[in-house]
Amino acid sequence: MWTDFPLFPERASTIAGGVDRLYFFLVAVGALFSIAIFITIFVFALRYRRRHEDQAAVPFHGSTTLEIVWSVIPLLITMVMFGWGASLYFQNSRAPDGAIEIYVVAKQWMWKLQHPEGAREINELHVPVGRPVRLIMTSQDVIHSFYIPAFRIKNDVLPNRFTTAWFEATKTGRYHLFCAEYCGTQHSGMGGSVVVMEPAEYEQWLSGGPVGESLAVAGERLFRRLGCTNCHSPETKGRTRGPLLGGLFGKPVPLLDGRIVTADEAYLRESILNPRAKVVAGYAPEMPTFQGQVTEENLVELIAYIKSLRR
Amino acid sequence: MEASLERREHYLNVSYGIKSWLLTTDHKRIALLYLATITLFFFVGGAFAVLMRLELITPKGDLVSAETYNKLFTMHGVMMIFFFLSPSVPATLGNFLVPMMIGARDLAFPRINLLSWYVFIFGGVLGLGAAAMGGVDTGWTFYTPYSSTYSNSAVVLTAVGAFFAGFSSILTGLNFIVTIHKMRAPGLQWFRLPLFIWAHYATSLIMILGTPVVAIAIVLVALERLFRIGIFDPNLGGDPVLFQHLFWFYSHPAVYIMILPAMGVISEIVACFSRRRVFGYRFVAFASLSIAVIGFLVWGHHMFVSGQSIYAGMVFSFLSFLVAVPSAVKVFNWMATMYKGAISYHTPMLYAFGFLGLFTVGGLTGLFLATLAVDVHVHDTYFIVAHFHYIMVGGTVMAYMGGIHFWWPKITGRLYPEAWGRFSALIVFLGFNLTFFPQFLLGYLGMPRRYHAYPEEFQVLNVMSSAGASILGIGYLIPMIYLIWSMRYGKPAGDNPWRATGLEWQTSSPPPTENFEETPLVTAPPYAYAKEEEEATVVH
Repeated sequence: MWTDFPLFPERASTIAGGVDRLYFFLVAVGALFSIAIFITIFVFALRYRRRHEDQAAVPFHGSTTLEIVWSVIPLLITMVMFGWGASLYFQNSRAPDGAIEIYVVAKQWMWKLQHPEGAREINELHVPVGRPVRLIMTSQDVIHSFYIPAFRIKNDVLPNRFTTAWFEATKTGRYHLFCAEYCGTQHSGMGGSVVVMEPAEYEQWLSGGPVGESLAVAGERLFRRLGCTNCHSPETKGRTRGPLLGGLFGKPVPLLDGRIVTADEAYLRESILNPRAKVVAGYAPEMPTFQGQVTEENLVELIAYIKSLRR
Repeated sequence: MEASLERREHYLNVSYGIKSWLLTTDHKRIALLYLATITLFFFVGGAFAVLMRLELITPKGDLVSAETYNKLFTMHGVMMIFFFLSPSVPATLGNFLVPMMIGARDLAFPRINLLSWYVFIFGGVLGLGAAAMGGVDTGWTFYTPYSSTYSNSAVVLTAVGAFFAGFSSILTGLNFIVTIHKMRAPGLQWFRLPLFIWAHYATSLIMILGTPVVAIAIVLVALERLFRIGIFDPNLGGDPVLFQHLFWFYSHPAVYIMILPAMGVISEIVACFSRRRVFGYRFVAFASLSIAVIGFLVWGHHMFVSGQSIYAGMVFSFLSFLVAVPSAVKVFNWMATMYKGAISYHTPMLYAFGFLGLFTVGGLTGLFLATLAVDVHVHDTYFIVAHFHYIMVGGTVMAYMGGIHFWWPKITGRLYPEAWGRFSALIVFLGFNLTFFPQFLLGYLGMPRRYHAYPEEFQVLNVMSSAGASILGIGYLIPMIYLIWSMRYGKPAGDNPWRATGLEWQTSSPPPTENFEETPLVTAPPYAYAKEEEEATVVH
């Protein structure tokens, strides 16, 4: 118990340094203010202590100048905190291009992680060092939260919706993976680890494991089995009953009601489960819902397949 | 003096018997009914905390099962938030003092005041009943869809209990607002009101504007749970994040329901024991109001990692920093009040010192949570647990204890034993810091909250925290004992043992049922502690 007693978390991602620098700034400001306040209270309490019962205080009522000074100074300091925190948050929220995309499906009380090449893991995530990894996450039941303290990242994982997070590990090793949003009885057991490996080692791990088919291949099979091909074509040209899917991902889509949306994971997901929510301009709203016919993992495969149709 | 205390008729001896208490419409007696009830809830909630801290001494979940642990932290939160902290200062000290401080005979609606207590008791019985029937395991936040669909515990019963507790606070808030508007003594203009009244006025606004929203959220959860109406559960076409918006729209302002009255108490104590008028009186008064108003616009800072848009996150972060400013202004004004004062170290002032220190730490660590990029890391960890305990326990409970000691001579007519008072204030301060400071470190290390078992490297800090909790518990038990003892054996206090200003000190202790023999006439601002108060100059 006494041998392993850290007071500061490991720093193992590209964003951790920036978050820690901001944290140290906050600690410095906080310490400065609290020590100044403690010392002032202490000095006042000693210096102006009541020496006899009838001692009267010096009357002194207020000072508008002082009030302005001690409103404006904290305001300016907090605005620095706001600006720094918000800009870092904004930078950290965008994953770099070319990230490995890993699908995370959370359920009470485990993390299911799916690599694009087909490897599937539970409660353990293997990733290469020095490459950005983007997590596309959803939950099968309640709200969970994907948290890796050593990477300083956390994001809630919601049912019926995709949320994303990303990281780029900078140090090989094994780090805690926690569920941070209370999710029921075994909440504290819903964790595991992230194993950061050298890229070569990672390749070896990927090929060494029980090789399943890749997500996109599984998705294609499912795509045919569900009969999606009756109306949708994986091509970029031609006329079919439903919109063409080739090259669709990431492109703007004009809708029947005049809006234009981007074809991201959330859009594809919604269009499979609730097709009439966003009908593409030029097509009839006749696609049936697949709600109840596909699991979260099926959805992940279908979306991976549609994403693979980039031309 | 002993004899006169017994002979003179006052609100405590005017009638006897259980019925004279249960059917009373005297705000002072209702305050005592509340005091007894919330003390019970405080110790029930505290007992749950003791079991949690015992479990957390070892990393493995070995003392209680995971299910039991989850119920313990849920019931601890429910009891403390809805049944102790929210009513703490307003329902006891506020109920007792609001009419007395403004020179009124009672609150505007004495029977509604009694009704509020019964509504509260009903909620409390449901809450305790739910605990007895196996408890509830959703966390006090009742997040959906866990609470509405997945949890197999007494969710509806507990939620309805919280609903009734909230309803009682609406009644109290309504009563305070009407009373403060309509029943001030002649000459008692708004800027002659004690800051305790300003704080309660601001609190009452939040109570009547915010509480209905959480009541609605609770009803919706119950509807979904009982009748499968899809509101929050995505399987029924609902949106789980909607619940978080509704819940925090009330529950963030509710933090100010808990802290603003405590700030009012601190203003009174610091002025009295420094023998100074509160520095920057108007600024402190307006700070209360601006906290109440801005407090309604910051709820999204609980949801920075909930999938909320990053731009919404930025707006809420900005507004959250704004609300820090009036809180800082208050702290600076209390410090300036001590400057060149004549400070004594009586128990209430020791609690006020404790409040100033702990509230400062709680407030400054709140800035960490408002800072977006840092919050992503510390959200839902022990950092937030430490932060809100510094505000709620280090702030509110310290002020509550200080206030109880300060007005105890007025309430009971007797003095508490001063040496014991100082000793236990010190114990509470030390125990509190040992309990909660290590949790800041645990939080940044990444230990999530609501964990029944945890990795071994977190053990040392958890053991420190549990050790502190045992000291803190003793610090709360000692006053419980000597305060009860003093009701019978304490020295008679006289009408104004602290030589405090304020109308409540101008009448006898304990006060007569009608508070004042004749309606007081107010001719000057409050806190006329200095002898040559009229000659005092405003420094620019």
